[in-house]
This record gives sequence, C-alpha cells and structure tokens, in this order.
Amino acid sequence: MLTEGFTHDAKITKYFPDIKQSTNQYFYFNLHLTKFNMRIFLFFLTAAITVGLCLILNTKLLLPAPLGKLLAPQEGLWQNAESTDNNFSANLKFSQLEGKVNVYFDDRLVPHIFAEQENDVYFVQGFLHAKFRLWQMELQTLSAAGRASEVVGEVALDHDREFRRLGMVYAAENSLREVEANPVIKKECDAYTAGVNAYIESLTESQLPMEYKLLGYRPEKWSNLKTALFLKYMSYDLAAHENDFELTNAKNYFNKEDFKKLYPLYQDSMDPIIPKGTVFQQPKIILKTPADADSLYFSRNSVSVEENSKPDKDNGSNNWAVSGTKTQSGSPILCNDPHLGLNLPSLWYEMQISTPQFNAYGATFPGAPGVVIGFNDSCAFGFTNAGRDVREYYEITFKDDTRKEYFFNNQWNKTSFRIERIRIAGKPDLIDTVAYTLFGPVMYDKAFSGKRSGNKKNYAVKWTAHAPSNELVLFNLLNRAKNYDDYSAAVTNLHTPGQNVVFASKGGDIAIRTQGEFPAKWKGQGDFIMRGTDSSYMWQGIIPQDEIPFQYNPERGFVSSANQRPADTSYPYYLGREYPAARGVIINRKLAAMQNITPDDMMDMQTDNYNVFAEMALPILLKNINQEILNASEQKYLDILKTWDLKNDPNSKGATVFVQTWRHFKDTVFNDEYAAAPLPILRPFESTLLEGILRDSAFKFLDNITTSQVETLADNVTAAFKRAVITDLSVADMQGKLEWAKYKDTRVNHLLRLPALSRLHLPIGGGTNIINATKENHGPSWRMIVSLTAKTKAYGVYPGGQSGNPGSKYYDNFIDQWVYGKYYSLWMMRQQEQKDKRVKWVMSFTK
Amino acid sequence: MKFIVSLILMAVLSFAICLYLPWWSISIACFVVALFIRLRPGIAFLCGFLSLFILWGGLSFYISCNNNDILAHRISQIILKKDDPLLLIIATGLIGALVAAFAALSGSILRSVKK
Repeated sequence: MLTEGFTHDAKITKYFPDIKQSTNQYFYFNLHLTKFNMRIFLFFLTAAITVGLCLILNTKLLLPAPLGKLLAPQEGLWQNAESTDNNFSANLKFSQLEGKVNVYFDDRLVPHIFAEQENDVYFVQGFLHAKFRLWQMELQTLSAAGRASEVVGEVALDHDREFRRLGMVYAAENSLREVEANPVIKKECDAYTAGVNAYIESLTESQLPMEYKLLGYRPEKWSNLKTALFLKYMSYDLAAHENDFELTNAKNYFNKEDFKKLYPLYQDSMDPIIPKGTVFQQPKIILKTPADADSLYFSRNSVSVEENSKPDKDNGSNNWAVSGTKTQSGSPILCNDPHLGLNLPSLWYEMQISTPQFNAYGATFPGAPGVVIGFNDSCAFGFTNAGRDVREYYEITFKDDTRKEYFFNNQWNKTSFRIERIRIAGKPDLIDTVAYTLFGPVMYDKAFSGKRSGNKKNYAVKWTAHAPSNELVLFNLLNRAKNYDDYSAAVTNLHTPGQNVVFASKGGDIAIRTQGEFPAKWKGQGDFIMRGTDSSYMWQGIIPQDEIPFQYNPERGFVSSANQRPADTSYPYYLGREYPAARGVIINRKLAAMQNITPDDMMDMQTDNYNVFAEMALPILLKNINQEILNASEQKYLDILKTWDLKNDPNSKGATVFVQTWRHFKDTVFNDEYAAAPLPILRPFESTLLEGILRDSAFKFLDNITTSQVETLADNVTAAFKRAVITDLSVADMQGKLEWAKYKDTRVNHLLRLPALSRLHLPIGGGTNIINATKENHGPSWRMIVSLTAKTKAYGVYPGGQSGNPGSKYYDNFIDQWVYGKYYSLWMMRQQEQKDKRVKWVMSFTK
Repeated sequence: MKFIVSLILMAVLSFAICLYLPWWSISIACFVVALFIRLRPGIAFLCGFLSLFILWGGLSFYISCNNNDILAHRISQIILKKDDPLLLIIATGLIGALVAAFAALSGSILRSVKK
C-alpha cells in the first residue's frame, strides 16, 4: 500500500514541479493523512453499503420481500425445491413412542403406517401430516381461532372478529373438554399432537414450508385445542349456513303469498334420501309453536341488515352404496365424493393406518387423527352434508350500553363476558369484548355488525357446534367398525356438522343415516331471526337418535344422498325450506336402473355430466323462444341449444348457452321484483322458477311490474335469450371461450390465492345440479369407490397431491388424473407385502 | 493466482459459514478473505462478485436441475412476475454477488488502512 502512496506522490510532484521540497514534505504528510482518512472513510462507506445491502435484502424495509433471505440457496426458497428423485426413506428415533412403527410410501407418496402399539400410529400420523402439510394445518386452525390477522394483517380483521364472536374458540374449548374426558380419545389426541410437535421441533429454518418463508413467520406448537379448532372449522364450513337475516328481510318485503311462492317449503321434484311414502312414528318431542308465531314471527316486521360473507352454500356431496344384489361381484359397492372448495394444498391427505387392532385406509384431515372417509378390512364409510339449519339468531334486549344485563323471561339476567384479544401484524392489538347470554354469544351488536345487521340491534347466535361434543370418537369407531351394529354405535357420536353417513360392509349390509345433533323444530322455526326476550322461541329439544331418518338394506338395493331433503313432509319435525334436488334425482334414477354394477360403472357415474335440471328446463326454453324475432347471430346460438345433448361436457357449447340463458331468464323474471328490496336478501331458491313455470305457465312473477303491459313466459324467455347472446355468449364466442370448460374455467387455488401456486384453466366439465359437481373453484374434493369383495378393491383420486410443498412434484400430480375422470387403485397394503415393488421408500420410527 | 485462491476461498467459506449462520454471513466470509489476501480494491470487488455469483448461481442451478425447475417456474412468477427459471437463478447469483462484492471491497480497503 505504501508503494502505491509513493507512486501517487510521484505523480503529484511531477504535475506540481514548482512546489518546494519543504512544502512538498508538508504536502506529502497532509496528503498521506488525507489518504488515510480517505481510506477509513471508504472502508466505512463500503462496510456501510455491505451492511445496508444485507439489511435491505433481509427485511421488507425497502423491498416488497426480503429477497436475499428468500433466494439464499442454502436457507431460502430454493431449499423447498425438492429433488424429483428425492429419497423419503429415513430412520427416526422418538422417545415418545411405545413400540416400533414402519411407514411404507408407495409411488404416489401415500404412506402405509404399521404400528405395533395403538397410539403410535397417531403419533406417526401427526408427524407425517406435519411433514407434508404443516402450513395448511396451522393456517386453518389460526383462521378457525380468529387469528388470521396475526399472519396477514388488518385485511383479516373482520374475519377474525366474526369468528371470535361466533364463538369458534368457545366451541373448540367445549369440545376439547369432551375429548379430554374420554381416556381413549385423549391418548389418541395426545399422541397425534406429540407427533406434530416432534416434527415441528425437528424443523430448521431452511426446512420451513415455503409459505412461512414468503409470509415471514414461524409455526407455533400444536395442541389438542388446535385439533378441536380444526374440527370446528369443518363445522363452520358445513353446518354454519343459514339465511336468517336474508329471509327475514325477504319476509318483510314480500307479502305472504309471494313469499311462499318464492321460498316454498318443499320442492316438487325432490326425491328425499328416505324415499317418499316412508311412514314415521309419532314424534317423541311434542313441539309447542309459540302462540304469537303467526302474528309476530311470520308477519312483517323490520330488520335491516347488510351483506356479509358466509360459507359456500354448495358445500355438499354425493354418496351412495349399492347392495350385492345389484353388483356384478355380488358384494356391496360404496361411493363418496364430498364437494368442497378446491384448494392447494388439498384439504385431504391420503393414508393407511394400521395396528394389530385395526386397519383403515382413506382420506384424512391434516389436523386431526384417524381416517375420515375410507374403509377398513370389513366395511366402508362416507359422508355428505346434511345441510340442516342448526344456527339461529335471537334478538337480545340489553338493559343499557354496558351489556351487563339482558331481558329474559320477565327479568334482567346477567351476561358473562369473553375478552377477545386479536393480534394484528403491524398494528396494535384489538380488544373485543363479547357478551354471552344463555342463547350463546351476542355476535352482532353496536360494536360489530359483521356487515350484516345494520340496525344496531343485538343478536345472539345459537349454534349446535357450541355444544360439547367429541367427533373424534366417530372416526375412531368407524375406523374399527366390523359390521352394521358397530357403524350404528359409531355414528351417534356425530353431533355437528350433521352428515348423511353412508355405510357398506363385507357382510353385505348397506345403510345410510342422517346423523347429527338436530334441534326438533316446529314448522318455520329458525327460518327468521327470533325473539330473545323469553324462552318461547328457543329449541325445545334435540331429535332423539331413534327418530333420525335412516335406511338399512332397503328393498330397492341402494341408499344414496346428495344433500337433498332427508325425508318428505311427513317427517314429524321441521326440516327447513331449501335443499338441492337435482343431483338426488339423477343419482336415484341411475341407481334404480343399473344392474350388474362394476366399479367402472361407478366411476362413470361419479364423473357423469348429465344435466337433469336442463332436462326439465330446456324444453320450456325451446318452446318459448320466439324464433321469428331472432337475428342471424341469435339463431346460431339457438341451433346450438337445440342440438345440445344435455351434458355439461368440457367441449359442449350447448351447456354454456343453456346456463347463460337460464341465468338471464332468472334475472329477467325477478330483477324487477327485487330492485327495491332491502339488502341482504335471499334470491328465490334455485328450483323456484322452474317449478313455478312447470306448475303454471302464467307464473305471477313473469310480469314485469315496471311496464304497463303483461309479459308472458315467451316474452321473458325470448328477452333473456337475446340478452344472453349479446352480453355473454357472443363475447365468449369471440374470445374462443364458448366451450363449457373454457367458459366455466375451473381452478384449484393455492390457499393464499397466488396464481403461480395454483392450477388454472382446467379442462373439466360438470357443474351445479350435476353429479360431477365441479364448479369454478368448488367440487368433488375426493372421489372414492370401494368394492367390498373378499379382497377389497378401492379407487380414489383428489385434485391435489400428497405433498403440500409447491416445490415438490407431488404437490399437484393428481390433478390431471382428477380432471380426466381417472382414478388410482387404492392399495390396502399388508405388512408382509413390504417387499412389493409398489413400496418406494421406508421410514422407520423407533423409541 | 491470488485472485483464483481468493475466489475459491470466498466461495468455500461462504458455503461453510451458511451451514451454521444466516445467509448474510457470506459478507463476513468475503470480508475476511479480502482482509487477509491482498487484492486491489477493484479486484477484490470483482473477486467477491464472481465468487458468490458462481456459488449462489451454481447452487440454485444445481438445485433447480434436480427439481426439474418446478419451484423456479412458480417462484419466478411470484418474485419476478415472469415465468423464467433461468432469470431467477441469475437473480439469485446477482444478489449473492452484490453483497459479496461490497463485503470484499470493504475488506480490501480495511487492509489498506491497516498497513
């Protein structure tokens, strides 16, 4: 460095030759000092730049993401790029285990767990759920607990308040007490939790699931409460749907006759789960309808409410079982496809869990122990949503703003308070104090309207999911069930969400029960917001187990459910107004006609795109489109509609024309009536219009109330068709999207809705009212067919993959198979088959 | 020669230190190498830059090859708003290179101050 200094110096003297030596000395000294200072300065500058770069690249101070941290190959996202020939084999040791456990992974990465000790199987199940699906497990439970704001910030605040006020945590705590009071389930749950935590503890920074890195947080420890929260999340998804505010508004807006026509108590086309004509016993609970129900409850009164978000009303499913008399093999076949939101990572994780006591295979919930939809060596079981209204609102009168007392049965009763502290990423905590009454938590009040109750009144929510229950017993017993009696004993443990539980056994039995904790209701109870100042509108009892609709080996040789009404109006308790009818009709029609059924036939049926709703509706449309006033372009689409084969196949243009015409038809008929209606309001039931015009071609609402002339059915249909052509069909056609799959544009979204981690534009048919109920982002989330022959033959597929890691080839590798209606053969492995070529990796767990 | 040795040392030390410490410890590795092996500041800068570009670019390239670019396709769309695995690998290399270059530069300048 000194030499360098001299060189520079020499240059300087060269350029300044007249500088005297002394000055030169002085100058040199100064220059040296300056240079020294300069270097120190430069050092600090470059060091500061280096530190600054590290800081900027490690945080979100300047960049939208900590790019250095994310892209560092040894710790960032690259670490989540799983080698395509990754070796999943491992030898692991955990002191929590009681014995030895071997896990054999097959080529689809489905684990087959064999444990010597009963509870070890749940430990390893928890471990594997965490290993492959930790992020989604935690996100779903955070969301269930109203803690989403901790991760994503203020955008989730309304969601969190809604969930806290609905009493999700309160409900989960009630469930947890039941779980922990049952020694068998407590051990099972403890083992599961220990397994999840064993994995979490083994995680290094670089092994964190990608989403934690992207969002910048870390997993917390699992607990039994989280499992309870997960199950409450399913209850919310499946048993929280109600239209109490929306129907109350509708009731107040329309007169009694119109209301009945728009929201009928029964659908004509309905083919109930328990066939029409079944005779029911006298009810054990004699219900007392409040004396003022007609004058007060069913009459018009005022609540004004606003729009909010609710669980998807189409959360439903198909299941059926056919007896051996109808199958080629002579053994029963059971089929199930639950229709839920289509997400990545998938809600389901496939696995086999086996101990000396039991052996079960099927779809499991990452977040809960046991197999949920599946089969064992003796029988198979599946679920569809019962869709009963088990969530009510009662209007509460508080004494004053302190909410300390509320009026009930002629006196002031004390409320209790639950303090909800909501942590919000990047913001101070929010404290929400929720008042609890004997109905339940006061969900909507002055402090929070949920964008639903805009009138500053107080509404307490009563929900069956608040009641203590232990659904884990159900799965534990079903996994071990050997026969119909075991099944019957198992299902009584299902409280919420109420489900149609289908069953078939190698013994030849088939059965279905609409199982759950269903309040015994008088006609119309719970359709609207109810009075909360006395007990007259409260539930008067829960329908006893022996009055639950069920079918056991019926003569017709099959049982089925597709979210339709469980029974017709002769059932002694009120079942609610609206149930989807179409899928039930077509399923029962097909099953009744089929003989010598094979699993292949069942695959064809589960993926069937026939539109039975269109079968009823299309002739009316075609008959009423006035061809004389159509232009050439409209005529073209009419021809497509005329030649349509009633199938919502991926390439069908007719399906698109039909769906759009019907949508515009509904709008043409009803928009005038609803133009001035209060919000939120329920639009007419799906079947209202079709059944209305089938019954009466001069259906009242066909007339446009804003015009002087009286519009006919043909006027409405023709106008709707023209509107469909000009606003939707011709546009779609121009974009080359007239084919049904392109028009519908099904996608499987990543839970964060990042398109890059989702699968978009899937060429799949089906839709609403169709057995293949695949809509835009909702549909068959697990398709399963189990033939209960001596050696079980089972088939299944779900739109996802076994790994929750978007950097793994097992992340979405089942989706194409699912799209094209193909199935995988489900291998119920025997432990002695460990040398089978299907075994790709072995994970051994020892103490 | 010193350049090559420094370059290799920086890469090896960076790799090793990142087995135990967060990613930004590459700056320590490069700083230390530049402090002990004399290189002119500009050369040190270049050396750090190339060293980590090769290390991080190479590592991510290797990982991505084994992964059939599955992750790179997805992440490049999120971070670069463009489906381009190679660009993501280059970006990765550049980020490491930039930090390493300044760390090596400051190391080399500190060395000049010391003497």
